[in-house]
Amino acid sequence: MKPRGYHAARWGEPIIHELTSPGERGLIPPGAEERIKERVGDTSRLIPEQMRRRAKPGLPEMSQAQVLRHYLRLSQMTLGMELGIDIGVGTCTMKYSPKVNEALAQMMAEVHPEQPEETIQGLLRVLYEFGGVFLREISGMDAFSFQPPGGSAGAYNNALMMRRYHQVHGEPWRDEAVTTIFSHPCDAACPATAGYKVVTLYPDPETGLPDTEALKEAVGPRTAGCFITNPEDTGIFNKQIDEWTGIVHDAGGLCSYDQANANAIMGVTRAREAGFDMCFFNLHKTFSSPHGSSGPGSAAIGVTEELEPYLPVPVVVKRGRGYSLDYDRPLSIGRVRDFMGNVQAVVRSYAWCMALGAEGIREAAEVSMINNQYLSERLRRMRGVSLPFGGRRLDQARWSLAGLKEETGIGVQEVNNRLVDYGVQSMFTSHHPWLVPEPFTPEPCDTYSRADIDYWADALETVIGEAYADPELVKAAPHRSSNHNVVDGGFDDPARWAMSWRAYVRKRGEKR
Amino acid sequence: MAKQGRPHPYIPNSVPEVKQEMLRLVGAKDADELYREMIPGRLLMKRQLRLPEPLTGELELRRHVEHILCGDATTDEYVSFLGGGCWKHYVPEVCDVVAGRSEFLTAYAGGSHSDLGRYQANFEFQSLICELLGMEVSGIPTYDWGAAAGNSVRMAARLTGRRRVLVPANMSPARLSIMRNFCDSAQQGAGLDVEVVGMDAETGAVDLADLKHRLGETVACVYFENPNYLGVVEAGGAEISDLAHGAGAESVCGVDPISLGVLAPPSDYGVDIACGEAQPLGIHMHAGGGGCGFIASRDEERYVAEYPLRLVSLAETAEPGEYGFGQALYERTSYMARENAKDWVGTTTALWGITAAVYMSLLGPEGMRELGETILQKSHYAAELLAELPGVGVPFGGFFKEFPVTFTGRTVKEINRGLLGRRIFGGKDLSGEFPALGPSALYCVTEVHTAEQIEALVEALRGVLA
Repeated sequence: MKPRGYHAARWGEPIIHELTSPGERGLIPPGAEERIKERVGDTSRLIPEQMRRRAKPGLPEMSQAQVLRHYLRLSQMTLGMELGIDIGVGTCTMKYSPKVNEALAQMMAEVHPEQPEETIQGLLRVLYEFGGVFLREISGMDAFSFQPPGGSAGAYNNALMMRRYHQVHGEPWRDEAVTTIFSHPCDAACPATAGYKVVTLYPDPETGLPDTEALKEAVGPRTAGCFITNPEDTGIFNKQIDEWTGIVHDAGGLCSYDQANANAIMGVTRAREAGFDMCFFNLHKTFSSPHGSSGPGSAAIGVTEELEPYLPVPVVVKRGRGYSLDYDRPLSIGRVRDFMGNVQAVVRSYAWCMALGAEGIREAAEVSMINNQYLSERLRRMRGVSLPFGGRRLDQARWSLAGLKEETGIGVQEVNNRLVDYGVQSMFTSHHPWLVPEPFTPEPCDTYSRADIDYWADALETVIGEAYADPELVKAAPHRSSNHNVVDGGFDDPARWAMSWRAYVRKRGEKR
Repeated sequence: MAKQGRPHPYIPNSVPEVKQEMLRLVGAKDADELYREMIPGRLLMKRQLRLPEPLTGELELRRHVEHILCGDATTDEYVSFLGGGCWKHYVPEVCDVVAGRSEFLTAYAGGSHSDLGRYQANFEFQSLICELLGMEVSGIPTYDWGAAAGNSVRMAARLTGRRRVLVPANMSPARLSIMRNFCDSAQQGAGLDVEVVGMDAETGAVDLADLKHRLGETVACVYFENPNYLGVVEAGGAEISDLAHGAGAESVCGVDPISLGVLAPPSDYGVDIACGEAQPLGIHMHAGGGGCGFIASRDEERYVAEYPLRLVSLAETAEPGEYGFGQALYERTSYMARENAKDWVGTTTALWGITAAVYMSLLGPEGMRELGETILQKSHYAAELLAELPGVGVPFGGFFKEFPVTFTGRTVKEINRGLLGRRIFGGKDLSGEFPALGPSALYCVTEVHTAEQIEALVEALRGVLA
């Protein structure tokens, strides 16, 4: 079916600094009462002279409607998941964030994290039960914390717990962390930030399967542990994952499971049975909290009983009939984030799980997986598209447009530029390096209907057809998006890059 | 969904006929058959999850969650003097409207055409925060002030090739814990040594003599805060930067941007890398979930090359007069360089950055100045009244928004319990964090407090202390 004739909003909106109109005001902030002013007097005496601001900040001067209009126009030029069929942004699980959960999370908007515990018993109960009941059952792990405020922060948190564990156990020389190239980049970058030397394993070049022999060679007395995404970004599940954790344990290491995206395996297979010591779920992926244009997110970190003492403080505990925050944990790594983390995400995820229950959560997993099989059937029939390593994949798969590129000169970047002309978000390609050439990684998660999947596949198929019939049309795309291509943006050129308006003006001159 | 017998509203393909038809099209009898093909049987769950009965109806779900949360108190119902890294400020309605827009709320990793508005809003956050800070480079914000400070001192260590980090005793202990985690290393002897510089007991500011004593050619940076955790404005900011530079170290400063309508920007006092917390800029507290850390610097290649953050850069498209965006030095990020990246980048707090951009645009230069003056007036009014109470002291002057209050004869725990009975959240207990102050609490007064509320606090304390 031919995808619909879409055109994105194209407001040609200036940068906000250009909209300034001297003297205008967007908001009058609250003022002090007269008796306060009389008592306190001149405020300049309250600040050391050298610390007073002399030149006004160069913020725009705008009335309220003009500010609102500007940002609403920018929002209209953003294809959020709620407006599109966001199957292309795979590994990210672009699922629906139920609106009722948004309203419920707002109940906590004006709560301060240091309020007396008796005034936040409801929130503490949600934190306790979501970890101690829901995620504990879904993962098989024993204890949870929500302090890491994003998925990568979860991997970092686990690297810190690993580091502390080996220090406490008198083996501080363990300074190597093992990961696989198809694990998310955070599984390499976060242990590296914690000081680990990272050993990256490559898959079997024929099958794409993680290489168990390579793992055996990689581990040794300096191995602190492993950081593994499974299923990997390719959608391939490591069938020897329990053997892997055994190999790492035998070498004296710990195993951290990146379950940022666990969407196809909830209620199907668990971290506990696979032998992991630590795991994390991204609440903004698998558990429906919205992605927020890239945060705030949340990583729910789960650990075995043995690792529980290392969790960041505070930990929510149940004492009698009430809940409290436990800071007295001598083995704890301390903090990775101020306060309790992004708790609004936990409220939403708790509500999502309560709306689904055991059957519904399993259903979400099954449907995600079946949706991917259905999409795969369609993709397999498209010209110029291939699935390197072959085989069946769980909820996502890393496909290649190498054939299309070879035959037409049109690669994934050009396809992405054209897809947006059909109201379809640009696809996520792959993290680097691109072991799969011209990659794309669709993930048709539980939110999408069969008609949605067909629309998305139709759009891609249409663009591929155009690439064969009229490659110049695709090369010149986008034609109906919010703007055109940047030809040479100078993004790596210190003389030209501009991360602020003031830098842009200085480098380009007053007039562009 | 057989048991409920109804498809789930969040899962369109849970309609049994649709699911069966799709299974038929992919050549499978059921989901189990497919799973068995991909996951070894020994790892497959043999039973259903054991979870509470679901509430599939929206009203039932809403009532359930509301029932749990409605017993919690909020700072709208109680008068709160809590701060210490998360502060109650007025959130303009327009901020909530923009932050709640479906487009921004549910976008993620789309391209710079289909998400042009997101890129521009990210850029505008960078640009506006730079105006407050007097800097030229910033990025998409990170998790919170602690993470921003941790990244900043690591940037300084890479820039200088040195391993000692000097931090002030008057910083937030929670932030210090985050920073220590950033500085420690799994490689023995490879971590950064965090050394605490003393606090001037008279002023609550950095002890400059101790700073001088500790500075030397092995110091990567001096990190300080302005206003610091105790609310004190560091009058010696320029001297701290000069001392750092004299030793070849970087000057790194964490700031509360809500103060920058009245306080000098860090660029005025020689700061090389500024960081801080943007939550005050139009973001609700969310029980601590409003955190939004920023990093900024001058536009010099050596600094830009060390950022872990995504840096959105403004450029032009092929169409005359049209803007486009890209990411500067993207190769340095963990998405490209994995373990060789500058720390890591991930899903951080972009929505809060966009919200803060709206806030800064609404307030403008005059609004930020007026707001800063109101906070100064109200917080000093509160401090002056409190200091008149018998057994109560306000040890430091020259503060912005927050100040420690000391008590004699009673513990803060007892006092705050008494205040709670009067529907007041007293200041954060500092007695454990700063034992030298004796029984003490950090009081936060912002533009949202009225004269009546401040006076009511004073009377309540008079009653509690009587």
